[in-house]
Amino acid sequence: MATTPQEKRIILKNIDQDGYTRDIDCYLANGGYEVLKQTVTKNPADLCKEIETSGLRGRGGAGFPCGMKWKFLDRKSGKPIYLICNADESEPGTFKDRQIIHKDPHQLIEGMMCSTFAIQAACAYIYIRGEFPEGAKILEEAIEEARKKNFVGKNICGTKYSCEIYVHRGAGAYICGEETGLIESLEGKRAYPRIKPPFFPAVLGLYQCPTAVNNVETLCNVKHVFDMGGEEYAKIGKPGNTGTRILCVSGHVKKPGYYEFEVGSLTLGQLIYDVCGGLPDGRKLKAVIPGGSSAKVLRADERYTGKTKGGEEFDWSLEDIPLDFDSLMAAGSMAGSGGVIVMDDTTDMVEALGNINAFYAHESCGQCTPCREGSLWMKKITTRMLEGQPRLEDVDLLKSVADQIAGRTICAFGEACAWPTQSFVLKFRDEFIAKAEKQINENAPSSQPAIAGKE
Amino acid sequence: MSDTQTETEEFSLSSETLAKIDEVITHYPEKRSATLPLLHLVQEEKGYISRPAMEWIADKLGLTPINVYELVTFYPMFREKPVGRRHVRVCRTLSCALVGSHKTCKVLQDKLGCELDGVSEDGEFSIEYAECLAGCGTGPVLMVDDDFYENIDEAKAAELAERLKTEKKD
Repeated sequence: MATTPQEKRIILKNIDQDGYTRDIDCYLANGGYEVLKQTVTKNPADLCKEIETSGLRGRGGAGFPCGMKWKFLDRKSGKPIYLICNADESEPGTFKDRQIIHKDPHQLIEGMMCSTFAIQAACAYIYIRGEFPEGAKILEEAIEEARKKNFVGKNICGTKYSCEIYVHRGAGAYICGEETGLIESLEGKRAYPRIKPPFFPAVLGLYQCPTAVNNVETLCNVKHVFDMGGEEYAKIGKPGNTGTRILCVSGHVKKPGYYEFEVGSLTLGQLIYDVCGGLPDGRKLKAVIPGGSSAKVLRADERYTGKTKGGEEFDWSLEDIPLDFDSLMAAGSMAGSGGVIVMDDTTDMVEALGNINAFYAHESCGQCTPCREGSLWMKKITTRMLEGQPRLEDVDLLKSVADQIAGRTICAFGEACAWPTQSFVLKFRDEFIAKAEKQINENAPSSQPAIAGKE
Repeated sequence: MSDTQTETEEFSLSSETLAKIDEVITHYPEKRSATLPLLHLVQEEKGYISRPAMEWIADKLGLTPINVYELVTFYPMFREKPVGRRHVRVCRTLSCALVGSHKTCKVLQDKLGCELDGVSEDGEFSIEYAECLAGCGTGPVLMVDDDFYENIDEAKAAELAERLKTEKKD
C-alpha cells in the first residue's frame, strides 16, 4: 500500500554525490557561505527569533528546542558568550556526525559561524571525540581554508564581527557528550557533569560564562533555517517536530546506513523494510532500539496503545510507529540521537543487554554512587547470567538495581544506563527467566557469549 | 611522584611538538584547558604518558601533577604504558557485536599473535576493544592507530592482519 518513502536530503544534500569533495572550492561552487554572507548583515536578535519560529529541536539526543537554548543565554552579565559544537558523537548506534565532519565540514563551519553571529559569541570550540583523529584534522584544515576567505576569524565578511573556531579533541570518554561534562573536559578537568541548577550552561557554562552547546547536525540546520526562514523551515516535518532528521540504521538489516527524512514522514516499518531492505533472508524482526543504545527497547510482537501529546488515541504495531520525537515517546521510548539498532530473531536478548551494560559500566564517570555502583552491578549480573552462574532472583535483582539509579544522579547518564535494563527485563522477562532456569538446571555455562564482549 | 623528580629534567620533546604545544595553548583563555591537547601531543610523540611527562605538562601549564594524572586515569585513550608499534582497537559495542566484531577481534589476535589488552612478543602489535567508534552502519569497525577500517569480517580481518605484518617488514 505505502510507497517507499522518499528521502529529503537537506543536511546530506551534497554528501556522497559524485564529484563532491570536502574542500572549500567545491563548497563555494555549490553555493557555500552565501547564507553566512547574508546572515552577518542581519540583526542578531531577529536571527534568534527565526530559530524559535523554526521549531528546530536539538539533534544530539534530548530534542531540546534550539531557540529556547539560545534565548536562555545570559546576555546581561557582560561576560563573553561561547558556542560549543558537540561533536563527541558516541551514543552507540549513531554515526551521522562523522559523515558531516568527514564529507562536508564547511557546512558545519558555516552553520557554526551563522550561530555564533546570531548569539554574538566571542569564540567557538568544536569538541570532537578522541576517536575521530582524521575528523579533527579535516576540520582544522577546513577552518584554515575558511579563515583565508574571511569566513572565520577577524572581521568576518568585512563586518566588525570577529570570531574564532578551535578544534578540541576528547580522549575516549562517552560522558563528554553530556554538555556540562563536556564543558568540564574543555576546561581541562575530568568530565564530571555539573549539577543544574545552578550550572545551566546558558548562564554558568564554559569558564562560568554563558555558553550554548549544540550538536553537529543542529548547527548545520541553523544554516538552512537562516537560508529559508524560520516559517518555511517549520513547514517541513510535523508541528513540534520540524525539519529533517538523519536516521542511522545498524544491526540486522540488509542495507544499514544513514538516511535523511522529514521528521515523522515515515514509520519504523517503512524504514526497516522499504529503506533498509528488510532483515537478512529467513530472519524475523525481534526488537528495535530506536534512538541510540540508551533508548528503551521496543518489542516486535507487541501493540503500542495510548494517547498522543495531541490527545489522539493510537494503536500501533512496532512497524506502525511514526519516527518523530513525540510518537516515539508516546510508544514508551525516544527518538534520542537517531540511532536505530535492529535485532532479528537470532538475537539473545540477555547477551544484547549484557553488551549494553558492559558499555555503561565502562563509561560511568563515577561521580554519583547510584550510577557508578549500579551500572557496574547491572553488568556483573548480566555477565554472570551469560557465563552460567545465575540465580533465579537475578531477573528481579537487575530491575531493582536499575530502578534505584534513574532520577538519583547529577546527569541523565543515570537514566541512560537504567533504561536498557528496565526495558529489556520488562519486555523480555520470559527470556531472562528461561535463561536463568536453563543454566541453573543444566549447571553448565553457556558457550562463549556471542556478543557480550569482554568481562 | 616525588621520586621521579630527577627524570623530569631528562624528559624532552621534539622542537616540532614543542611548537605545536605553544600554539595550542593560545586557543584558550585559561591554560588548564590545554591539558588534553598536550596529553595528545605527548602521547603522539612518545607513545604513552610517563610520570615525567605528566610533571612536565603540569609545569608547562602551571598545574600540579595530580591535575594531569587524574586526566590520564580518567580518559581511556591515554595510557601509562607503551603499546605495540601498531595499535588495534576493535569496536565491542552492540551494533558491531550484532554483526560479529568478537570474531573479527579473535582473528586479529590469532594472526597478530597477541592477547586482548596485550602486546605481541616482538612488540609490533597490540589489541584492545574500544567502545562504540561511531561507525555502526558499516560494522564490524576498527582502528589501526589513527586509521579507520569498516566492514571487517573474519576474512577481511585475516587479510588486514597479513597486510599489517608485511608492512612490518618494510
